Order: sequence, then structure tokens, then C-alpha cells
Amino acid sequence: MNSAITGNIIRFIALVLVQVIIFNHINFYGYLNPYIYLLFIAFFPVKDNRTILILTSFFLGLSIDMFLDSGGIHAAASVFIAYIRPVLLKSSFGSMYEHQTIRFSGIDLGPKIVYITLLVFVHHLILFSLEIFSISKIIFILQKTLFSSIFTILLSIIISIIFSKNTK
Amino acid sequence: MQQIINFIIRNKNFLLFLLLFFIAIVFTIQSHSYHKSKFINSANFISGGVYNSVNNISEYFTLKSQNQLLSEENNRLRELLFNSNINTNSNYLDSVLLEKSYTFFAAKVIKNSYSATDNILLINKGKSDSIKQDFGVITTQGIVGIVDKSSSRFSTVISILNTTNSSISAGLKRTAHYGSLRWNGKNPELVQLIDIPINAKVNIGDTIVTSGQSSIFPKGIPIGVIQDFKNDVTENFYDINVKLFNDMTNLEHVYIIENKNKEEIDNLLNE
Repeated sequence: MNSAITGNIIRFIALVLVQVIIFNHINFYGYLNPYIYLLFIAFFPVKDNRTILILTSFFLGLSIDMFLDSGGIHAAASVFIAYIRPVLLKSSFGSMYEHQTIRFSGIDLGPKIVYITLLVFVHHLILFSLEIFSISKIIFILQKTLFSSIFTILLSIIISIIFSKNTK
Repeated sequence: MQQIINFIIRNKNFLLFLLLFFIAIVFTIQSHSYHKSKFINSANFISGGVYNSVNNISEYFTLKSQNQLLSEENNRLRELLFNSNINTNSNYLDSVLLEKSYTFFAAKVIKNSYSATDNILLINKGKSDSIKQDFGVITTQGIVGIVDKSSSRFSTVISILNTTNSSISAGLKRTAHYGSLRWNGKNPELVQLIDIPINAKVNIGDTIVTSGQSSIFPKGIPIGVIQDFKNDVTENFYDINVKLFNDMTNLEHVYIIENKNKEEIDNLLNE
């Protein structure tokens, strides 16, 4: 149990540092950055307490906000996806989630892609709506959401494949 | 009472979510208003320290272009010095040189951002170097932004590439017409100059400089050249696209300007 907590803490710090030091300076096509710190929320163990996930997601987002001087936009988006995560899990993994047998290390690629896509898209939509903060620029919000999402989804899937403990 | 406690326990996740989401939204709204007190900013020892140590490594990658810029600046200053009429060997005191109203501080940008719609930079000078809110920040080529929050060793700077906070008074170099500088959040090379009256003669390629109307920047600091312009919806003012002299994506050495008369000017204006 203790090693699981330590593992989560290390993952938290590592993802924040990698995000602010490397992935925020990519600026692909001028303004596109992947937000791979979402992997922490995506692959937080299902069996663990949901309240803890919501709390840690808030602090994860807030640490990113502190580094990027972005107010509270990452915190808001992270808390939101942490809260709706069970819904996304159910819709992408179906019965496997309901029987509480899901383990992220041993799932198929198909449902994994669906799950990450849903999670990233919802997160980015909230993130950029709050960042741009104006209804009249809805086209710009959607454009930024779409392109950044593609970038984040691709990188997240690659990283999750590289770091997954393949036990099949 | 029992039922209320039961309700809270049953919905504790939802209530916690609502509370945290609300806090985050409050932070977001605060960040969209000018100089509102922000609890979460990068001018603290954790993020400042991290950015500082990263910058210690990454500054080597831009060393060549930064050296080029500095040597150009040196060259320009040397030209000014040797062509000026000020006799530096004279034994009388020049009273003009004594009463300097602007003080300059050199600083280094340790975190630059230009991909968001509200960009904020971090520099490695803070309160202990007597940097305060509302000091101007420039480079050798043009303006960068205005100091916002300071910790003892670091300060955040509101970049001119900021859609909500930035409004710098700027005008044409040729005439005294002035308006305010905004950014539409799209291209980091272009900013928008609005509120230039329609009777001003505007040409593509005209130089835009700071107007000296605000107490932050002195008059005549270069900003950019006019790329294109059109009339705005009211037909009374121009909407001008200004191409910046500064490359905002490559900033390293900046200068912070303190206006010694700022307090006096602000007091007078507020009376």
C-alpha cells in the first residue's frame, strides 16, 4: 500500500516537471502544446478512493497553473475530468469496469484509445474555454481544442505504451 | 440533522468537486483582471527556482543569437557616444545628467511564453533588486511588457502578448496621434493598435513607438512597423496591425525601466 502511494507521488512530481520543462516549450505550429500530465488522472488506480483522486487532480492542476501563470484553468479542467472519470470508464470499457476487474496494465489498445480520447477532449475543451474566456471566439476555442487534443492523444498513447508493464 | 450529515456523506465527492471547481474558476476570473491579487503565480521560490536552474542550461542554446543582439546594441551605443556633443572631459557639471528621471535594471527572462492567449513571463529580478509593480520591461529592440507581481528574487511580467491585461499607450512616430496597443491572441509577431483617429495620416511601414502618455514607458521606445490597417466599425478610428521589432519567441536579456517621477505623476492624476 505504501509503495503505491510513493509511486503516485513520484508520478505526480515527474509529470509536473516534464510538463513544465519540456512539453510546454514545444509550441508546435506556434501555439500547440500537449498536456501529458493528464496521464496521472487517466491511469490513477480505479480501486483507490475517488475523493483522493479529485483532491490530487486539483493540486496537480494548480501546480501546473502556478508554473504557467494561468490562474486556475488547469485546476478546473483537471477536477472536472477527475469527477466524470467513472462515466468515461464505463462508456469505454463497459462491463469490465462494472465488475471492478479493470487493470490499466492489461487492457486492449482499442478501448484505451477511446478512453484517452474522451478524457483529453473534455479536458481541453474546458481548458481552452476558460483560457480564452469569450463566447465570441468559439471557433478559435474549438480549433485550439481539436489540434491540441490530437497532439496530446498521440503522445499520451505512445507514452502509455512505452511505460506500461506488459503482463500479457 | 442526521439527514443533513447523511446527505453530505453520500454526496461528498460531488460537493468536493463543486467546491474545488468553484475555487479554480475564482482563480481564473482573477487572472483575467488587471493587477488583481493572484495567489497562484510563478514568482515564488519553487517555480522560480525550477525555471532558473532549467534556464542555466538552456541559455547556452541561444547564446549565439543573444551575443549577436548584444554586440549590435554595443555598436549602436558606441556610435551614439562618439557622435554626441556631450563633452565628457569638461570640468563643469551638466545638470541635465544629474536629474535622471529613468533608471534601468538589466534582467534575464527565465520563463517565456507566447502560445497562450494571456502570456506572462518570469524574470530573475525581484523585490530585493527594488523591482516593483508597473515598471516597464524592454529589450534592445522594443517593448516587452509591464512588471506585475514580485517575490524577493523573481518577478512576473505581463507580456504585450496578453489579450486581457495589456493596454499600452502607443502612437505614430511621425505625428503625435496615439492609441492603445492590444493583442488578439493569434500571431505572436503581430499586435493591434486601436483608437488612432481617422484624420491621422497612416501609411504601411510607418514606425510605431510608445507615446509617453503613461508613466510606465518613456516616450519613443520602438514597438514595430505598420503592416496593414483598416477602419474600425465606427468609422472614426483605425484598426492597425503592427509587426513587432522584437522577436517575442526569443527573449533573453531585458531591461527594466523605473520612472522616478511616476509617483508624483500618478498622485497628480488621481487628485
